[in-house]
Amino acid sequence: MLKDQDRIFQNLYNDLGSDLISAQKRGDWVNTKEITEKGRDWIINEIKDSQLRGRGGAGFPTGLKWSFAPKEVGSRPHYLVINGDESEPGTCKDRDILRFEPHKLIEGCLIASYAIQAHVCYIYIRGEYFVDGQKLQTAIDEAYEKKLIGKNAAGTGWDLDIYIHYGAGAYICGEETALLESIEGNKGQPRLKPPFPALIGLYGCPTIINNVETIAVVPTILRRGGKWFASLGREKNTGTKIFCISGNVNNPCNVEEEMNIPLKELIEVHAGGVIGGWDNLQAVIPGGSSMPLIPKEKCETLTMDFDSLVAEKSGLGTAGVVVINKDQDIIKCMARIARFYKHESCGQCTPCREGSGWMWRMLERMAKGEASKDEIEMLGDVTKQIEGHTICAFGEGSSWPVQGLLRHFKDEIKKRNNFDPIVKETQNIPYLVDQHLLDKNA
Amino acid sequence: MSLKRPAKDQPESFEFNSSSLEAANKIISKYPKGKQQSAVMALLYIAQKQNDNWIPLVAMKYIAKLLDMPYIKVYEVATFYSMFNLSPVGKYFIQVCTTTPCMIRGAGKLVEACKEKISENESELLPDKNCSWMEVECLGACVTAPMMQINDDYYEDLDKEKTLEILDKILKDEIPKPGSYRGRINNEPENGRKTLMELKNA
Repeated sequence: MLKDQDRIFQNLYNDLGSDLISAQKRGDWVNTKEITEKGRDWIINEIKDSQLRGRGGAGFPTGLKWSFAPKEVGSRPHYLVINGDESEPGTCKDRDILRFEPHKLIEGCLIASYAIQAHVCYIYIRGEYFVDGQKLQTAIDEAYEKKLIGKNAAGTGWDLDIYIHYGAGAYICGEETALLESIEGNKGQPRLKPPFPALIGLYGCPTIINNVETIAVVPTILRRGGKWFASLGREKNTGTKIFCISGNVNNPCNVEEEMNIPLKELIEVHAGGVIGGWDNLQAVIPGGSSMPLIPKEKCETLTMDFDSLVAEKSGLGTAGVVVINKDQDIIKCMARIARFYKHESCGQCTPCREGSGWMWRMLERMAKGEASKDEIEMLGDVTKQIEGHTICAFGEGSSWPVQGLLRHFKDEIKKRNNFDPIVKETQNIPYLVDQHLLDKNA
Repeated sequence: MSLKRPAKDQPESFEFNSSSLEAANKIISKYPKGKQQSAVMALLYIAQKQNDNWIPLVAMKYIAKLLDMPYIKVYEVATFYSMFNLSPVGKYFIQVCTTTPCMIRGAGKLVEACKEKISENESELLPDKNCSWMEVECLGACVTAPMMQINDDYYEDLDKEKTLEILDKILKDEIPKPGSYRGRINNEPENGRKTLMELKNA
């Protein structure tokens, strides 16, 4: 288990208070000026050395992303945008950072803005987190008052303004270009890439977009050194991560742990074990609802990091671990996730708009045992038609969980949906049966 | 995608009152000159707060004029985002999360409680317009599931009994205490916390 002194979010459980003075006692804002005096290149290199990967789901190397920002500011200003539109089912880590560690985020905003030469930073928070956003606003006001941000922020000579922009309940706005559209006052529909936001982003200006957790760990990395961060976890999957363990466990919780921690340790030690014991485990969704589920057999030895989960044809995503035990109907669980995606599809690309509803309706019928044998293959085909044929990664996000279900629980679906509409009619579901067959019987 | 329709009965006129206007101008000043359109979501939200939790079409027209943008673009935004209510909802607007992490911890029971206490159907207003409920997608409090949101506040760690208690209070026009209903102030494990132990006792 990770040592307590190596945990970045010391106030994850709000033992110490989230106000500025308490935050300064924990080491925030202590030598921000000295950090920026070491220069932009040093900051970006240190983040590259730490091998920090984005915590929002895709796991893109943060240092590399920052280095994409133009070196010189041209006629267009640069922007920093923080993605706090946390809507992935199973994930609730950013909320705790917003309400308990706001100063880590604000200080991170200052350092990141300095590194990419932005004078304005927008923090996009999902509309439902209004109360938590107000807590962040209080912290921002505090920082303005103490001159930690604003003109000559924290004595660094850099001017920075931070504004909060509230979303209004759209999952898709967590996608970076949809988020930019949303800030610009449009429907949140993703843009085609390229051009990438680092060159043409918010208001057509160079924009770097990072997750709340990514930015909040930056000051600590720079204080303790990229090498320290890289020494945790394993190669290319370094550092610590907040895991959210929800679902059928005895003590659902958020916990900051080292990357590459065994899943079993996460569930047994931190979350108090599966309800009904480890043997009652059915499957685990390892990284928020978009990631394919992992059946129990593989959970025994699985370690939680980006690359080892990709090897299992899943992904770390946002590290929202949803534990599903044998008391649950796995097909129903996935049907509910499919309904989520059907509701949240932005409607821009046809495969996703139509396909997400299609998957939901098929899964609902499969859960009831009303689907026919050949529909199981058809469902797999639908997921393949969506995946890779959409502008943004939402298409993958909606089809992967269904593919995961088909990969690991096909037998379960087959057992329940075992009738062949052409050969014999054992159930009376007219819309699945050829109409001329019905007429003959009548 | 979700389908949203504006209400049939629409008011004749809408205007920001002075406090709303002040808040609106403050928000517009956050964005660069000429990019005032960015404030549209925040302004719709202010309009919703001012107008008993829903946005009439005249308010969209008013905001369009205020921000110097086409009405249809405001309409687009208002119909796209799920938090904008285009028809009247209760003074206490209850949203029950029923996405998988909540579902497997018993969100169905919360829905049952709403059906018993408020109305059989979603989005159905009580005669006194005090209360309505609906199922929503993930609200981002999965560790404290099952949960629901009433206006701005989260009510977490619920079960059927606790939900019934909360709804009883609301029907009496009292605001119940928000937060966890198992006494949690954060997302730590309830028993057997293993991390940051020194701080816990500090």
